[in-house]
Amino acid sequence: MTRGGRIFALQLAALALGVLVMPLLVGNPYYLNVLNVMALMVIVVTGLNLLIGFAGHISLGHAAFFGLGAYISAVLSATYGLDPWLAMLAAALAVAGIALVIGLPTLRLAGNYLVMATLGANLIFTTVLLQLDQVTGGPSGFSGIPPLSLFGQAVVDDQSFYWLVWAAALLGLVVARNLAQSRVGRGLRALKDAPAAAAALGVDVARYKTSIFIISALYAGVAGSLYAHYFGIIAPKSFDIFVSVELVTMCLVGGMGSLWGGFLGAAFLTPLPQVLHVFDEYKDIFYGGVLLVLLIYQPQGLAGLWARLRARRPLETA
Amino acid sequence: MSGAEQLSQYLISGLTTGAVYALVALGFCLIYNTTHIVNFAQGDFLSLGGLLLYSLLAGAGLALPLAFALTVLGSALVGAALERLALRQARSREVTVLIFITVAASVFLRGVFKEVWGKQALAVPSFSPETPLRLLGATFTPQNLWVVGITLAAIAGLGWFFNRTLTGKAMRAVAINPRAAALMGIDVERMLLYSFALAGGLGGVAGMLITPITTASYTIGVIIGLKGFAAAVLGGYGSFMGAVVGGLGLGLLESLGAGLMSSAYKDVIAFVVLLLVLFLRPQGLLGRGEAARV
Repeated sequence: MTRGGRIFALQLAALALGVLVMPLLVGNPYYLNVLNVMALMVIVVTGLNLLIGFAGHISLGHAAFFGLGAYISAVLSATYGLDPWLAMLAAALAVAGIALVIGLPTLRLAGNYLVMATLGANLIFTTVLLQLDQVTGGPSGFSGIPPLSLFGQAVVDDQSFYWLVWAAALLGLVVARNLAQSRVGRGLRALKDAPAAAAALGVDVARYKTSIFIISALYAGVAGSLYAHYFGIIAPKSFDIFVSVELVTMCLVGGMGSLWGGFLGAAFLTPLPQVLHVFDEYKDIFYGGVLLVLLIYQPQGLAGLWARLRARRPLETA
Repeated sequence: MSGAEQLSQYLISGLTTGAVYALVALGFCLIYNTTHIVNFAQGDFLSLGGLLLYSLLAGAGLALPLAFALTVLGSALVGAALERLALRQARSREVTVLIFITVAASVFLRGVFKEVWGKQALAVPSFSPETPLRLLGATFTPQNLWVVGITLAAIAGLGWFFNRTLTGKAMRAVAINPRAAALMGIDVERMLLYSFALAGGLGGVAGMLITPITTASYTIGVIIGLKGFAAAVLGGYGSFMGAVVGGLGLGLLESLGAGLMSSAYKDVIAFVVLLLVLFLRPQGLLGRGEAARV
């Protein structure tokens, strides 16, 4: 194992230990619920960070992919009686297909066309959710979504969903780490440093970027399905353009393109609105203000801050 | 109402909203040309225009021309502040980071507007009494005329500014090549500041024109701003003529589409157009050449 691999394994083990111990410390089911939402955000933001880190593109439509996963899962399982796991799989396939349709034409172009396209797609998505009320339940939302079941047991309470969603989040981190080390990941990193050289060595730029975009959308879609089956009720407001901005905020606060950045950002920002009650009123000022200060003074986010603090320490004798 | 009358009704409402989209698109275009970033706070300048006008007219009881001038000044100052206090301070010069500074500024400004003006919709008085006018069977209010007239005046004013004044020409030089412009003795940083102030002022004007029709609120600029953005892409991002053509075109498409097909999906039209343009003709209607491929 490489040194980087050992460090990652240690970090992951530490996180897994934290995940195991947490329920012993947290008696209150409400806090367990917050931790569950946090894990969902970790999944989405880790996926989003793959896109930002490796393709250098930002998506302002990840709330829509999250929502697509949630709504397709909900409609297929509640309305059509499909098994929730199958519904989740179908939702993932649909999300991948839509990401392909959006990514294929726009990721060929230099410049920030993906931001515009994903933004437009998110706005279309929420309007369709509101208007197609026969299918989606409209503005009041869609309820009665059946829970997932595991080993013949419905994953319905906070505690059992906690194990499922954190296992998924850890798996998501491992997959992201492996992707970063894969041919596509290395190709894209080469591309970021020296585009001409990478292309000359056979890096199929548009295809690599599109693959990363699809994978990134899949993270959001799967998290969306988990969300729907956990809460049992979903509404369009959870998937609008402002949520997309919040997701990118988590990414940027944690550290753009850093593997642990997604985790740090989601872990830092998810509990805030739940913990601070006054927060709701000042949410925009707070989110906007934190993001402004961070982007201006610390564009590498919390992960970058950590790296900077480490670099200040005297050299260790390795 | 006959078919022709209905059509002229749609055309008039389409031109009115189209004119506002054009003003917003011009603001996007101005900032893109000097900095190569998309300014996502453009729509918030529009909200600010409507809210300020409301306060100056209904709150302070100022005369309309004075309130108009002060609002332009106020929104131009906020535009300048965005450049001076946020973008110029940024440690990173990466376009992605800079774009997200404007997204953050937009969220922040919206939060501030909400604290100052509250969440409710505020009725902004029209510029002149609401006597309905009729033309070719369509009924409209004088505010429609104000919107189109002031937009045309603003476009003419911008044309004069960029072609006839030294500052305007200097700003164009910076847009074409900042390095060469700096070598010619142009204060590039000052020109960037001006372009943000100008974009802020334009957003303020757009807000003052449309809010007597729609009412003002802290979020009014979000959707109009995004549609103005779609208009800029439709016309060819960064092209002035494109912004005007894209704005009017989108306004007409939207009002005809909503009128002739379904009004339920009215708000989707602009974004479907946006996606289609990006997929089929990313350089827009009047954009120069092929958008670069990677």
